[in-house]
Amino acid sequence: MIRLEKVERIFQVGDQQVTALNKVDLNIEAGEYISIMGPSGSGKSTLLNILGLLDRPNRGQYLLDGKDVTSLTDDEQAFTRQQKIGFVFQFFHLIPRLTAEANIELPMILAGIPEQERKDRIHTVLKAIGLENRADHRPDQLSGGQLQRIAIARATIMQPKVLLADEPTGNLDQHSGGEIIQLLEDLNSKGLTLIIVTHDMNIGKRARRRIRIVDGQISADETGVA
Amino acid sequence: MNIKDIFLFTIHAVTSNRIRTILMLVAMSIGVGSVVILTSIGEGARHYVTDEFSALGTNLIIVLPGRTETAGNQAGMLFGKTPRDLTVYDADSIHRSPYIKQIAPISVGSATISYKQRSREGPVIGSSASLLDIRHWEMAQGKFLPVMDYDRGSPVCVIGAETKRELFANENPLGKWLRIGDRRFRVIGVIASEGRSVGVDVEKLVIVPVASAIAIFDNPSLFRIMVESKNRDMVPSAIKDVERIIRERHQGKDDVTLITQDAVLGTFDKIFTALTFTVAGIGAISLFVAGILIMNVMLVTVSQRTSEIGLLKAIGASKQQITILFMGEAALLSLIGALAGIGFGILVTQTAEIFFPKMTLVAPWWALVAAMATAITTGILFGLLPARRAARLDPVTALSRR
Repeated sequence: MIRLEKVERIFQVGDQQVTALNKVDLNIEAGEYISIMGPSGSGKSTLLNILGLLDRPNRGQYLLDGKDVTSLTDDEQAFTRQQKIGFVFQFFHLIPRLTAEANIELPMILAGIPEQERKDRIHTVLKAIGLENRADHRPDQLSGGQLQRIAIARATIMQPKVLLADEPTGNLDQHSGGEIIQLLEDLNSKGLTLIIVTHDMNIGKRARRRIRIVDGQISADETGVA
Repeated sequence: MNIKDIFLFTIHAVTSNRIRTILMLVAMSIGVGSVVILTSIGEGARHYVTDEFSALGTNLIIVLPGRTETAGNQAGMLFGKTPRDLTVYDADSIHRSPYIKQIAPISVGSATISYKQRSREGPVIGSSASLLDIRHWEMAQGKFLPVMDYDRGSPVCVIGAETKRELFANENPLGKWLRIGDRRFRVIGVIASEGRSVGVDVEKLVIVPVASAIAIFDNPSLFRIMVESKNRDMVPSAIKDVERIIRERHQGKDDVTLITQDAVLGTFDKIFTALTFTVAGIGAISLFVAGILIMNVMLVTVSQRTSEIGLLKAIGASKQQITILFMGEAALLSLIGALAGIGFGILVTQTAEIFFPKMTLVAPWWALVAAMATAITTGILFGLLPARRAARLDPVTALSRR
């Protein structure tokens, strides 16, 4: 489903060129559960941004569902993100003035889904994450674990093919972190491709496929039980 | 995104930051309010002045001695001659024209008016019986000047309300003799105090027959002659006749100036409309300033909500959608501000009317429309730059800011 060929990402820092990704080749099939680990500055976030179409490689090709997406315009990429990719962030990125319900609704508003269908989908997803009675709460009235569950609901409401999670438990305590991972794994078991970037070894090794990045290159790519 | 979704999103954004919203609303409403107030004053002044003049009647022709256009080049000037005087005989001869309903010659001067120990210096007008009707005055007491020949004086006078109050206090002035200059006149009437009248204050007047005024001031020249045509359509014919008659009497010289009430009215109307436009323009400057403020505040908003914009991009918002959402905020604020400004302006003008009941302060419809349109246009225009800045933000950088 995802195919990266010799993808390079070079940043200009002052008058120095920093290679964040160095000729990365990567194949990801639908339904995989992948963790990406590596030291700070190794390029794992850059890889995630490129996979999520938030960033463009300087060189190389990115095929999503067999289609070259690197040459798309900004708005075409935005549409692709809307339809195929979900994001979960370390800091949740919920809009503070909107209720939980309204935050989940946002991607559907942008996609132009009719109001009744939006309400139905929100109702279903709130039930699935066990927060039906928190629909009217604003982010400042919710705990970290609840916030991340709302964020996951928002990321999956458009039924994307791939879910990209950047340190999803980085801002949570052990217990709610565990619940979030459980929720993500449940979604994966229903067929959603899950890619988690994490520092946490315990979380990283739960994935069926574990990718390790060092200095912008994939140094290890293991599949199977760790 | 449909209009309702955009509206709900912007409403949330606008209401979540109260101080910002209130500041922008205040700025916008001051701008719109000042347009409303200033144009109301301009229109009020225009109505006031044109009402004053139309109260005198639109069939009126005023004959002034001297020809202003040619005064500097007249042959007479070379020999040290002033323009020929306008006399009561000129006035009398105008009666020949069939287009004319009535005439009032006017002679003006100032004299000491006294009754017993009390005396005052005041304007004295010499005229004829028809002045009452030409100027649409009413009598409070007694009668106006009797009908008589212009060259016949008579020791009678009519006084204004203030003159009555100051000279007679509570005494009944009718039949009393007062002294104007060194002549004695019997009071035969008091003019009803009228709210307003152009030029002279009716309340301060003393009116005597024109021949008597000429005798008091020892000056045969009339100040002007007021001529009223039979109806409005006859005004041009009446003007021709008056010019012809005066020319015949003045040895073929066009040495009078004729002013019609309509022309005066039209001129004032033009002047005051221009004035209203000018003050509206001044008001529009504050609208422009409000627009700049909106731009500033929106720029700050965009940098405060960077991570929100990053998120919107991540979940698939196009550049156009982000532009619309942020411009929508600016437009919504301008719209509410404009409405508040109109309310504020009307409140101020209505309050002012209580204190100045003579003025009707109502903003013209075009000013309301223009102020609203300018407010919303500036809001959108000045919202465009911040909105486009938001739309162009790089999502990775935007998301990395918490």
